[in-house]
Amino acid sequence: MYLSQNLNTYLILAVLLLVMGIYGMIRHKTFIGMLVSTELVLNGAGLNFMAFNKFTAPDPAVGQIFTLFIMGIAAAEAAIVVSFVLAVYRRYRTSDPEEVNGLQG
Amino acid sequence: MNATYQFIAEALFITFILLTLSGAWLAVKARILMHSVLGLAVCLLGVAGLYFYLGSMFLTMMQILIYMGAVCIVLVFGIMVGYTPRESAERNIMSRNMVLGIAASGVAAVLLFTVAIGRTVWSKAAESTGDFSIEWIGKSLLLNYCLAFELISVVLLVAIVGSIILARGGREEEV
Repeated sequence: MYLSQNLNTYLILAVLLLVMGIYGMIRHKTFIGMLVSTELVLNGAGLNFMAFNKFTAPDPAVGQIFTLFIMGIAAAEAAIVVSFVLAVYRRYRTSDPEEVNGLQG
Repeated sequence: MNATYQFIAEALFITFILLTLSGAWLAVKARILMHSVLGLAVCLLGVAGLYFYLGSMFLTMMQILIYMGAVCIVLVFGIMVGYTPRESAERNIMSRNMVLGIAASGVAAVLLFTVAIGRTVWSKAAESTGDFSIEWIGKSLLLNYCLAFELISVVLLVAIVGSIILARGGREEEV
């Protein structure tokens, strides 16, 4: 049994990507660092979709289209977050998420 | 001869897995923000290789084009314009949330490993329609999954307009 022809290989790798993404999202101190971790989580999801697309799905186009969808979402999200960082930096003169606490009361 | 090719393919597969994991590790643990984005790029390259093993040349190219070509460049751009050099070079990691991070990711890992991977038996589909060719993806995108195609265009348009509105206005009110 080859490693690349086994569904569990891809599933374990996707879980590891998801876990690393969650850990990084909690631990990172910057907006860009959190965004990098979010991309890791989205990649884990895409890998899962492609693995199930190959091994269990009847129509191979579905998983590929959904993974393309995830890529589009990730690109849109990256553009939004970068402009958000710019806006926050202009407004608060800092990029530290701990300092951006205007709603804290 | 065939066994030799199979061995080389498996070795490359393991290389891609190692690229993915080490890139993700660098992205999470790097002290400097730019190294984090570099680790993300390496991780995305590894995932693109895995997509090739999953039968989709098209997604491999799209992953390299969109993720490594567009998203990583946007992230580097964001680091360059949004952070002072001191901020982007200083420590990237908070130390006080370590327990929380390990707890959250550990719970997710244990649940997924025991339930989704350990207990579930994934069965193969009875009959399959279509193939992995780009032609079939294009037909499906324009016929069966037209809604997804239109939806992603609207999402991208809204994101572009929204980011322009968020990021502009600096010229008038710049102090």
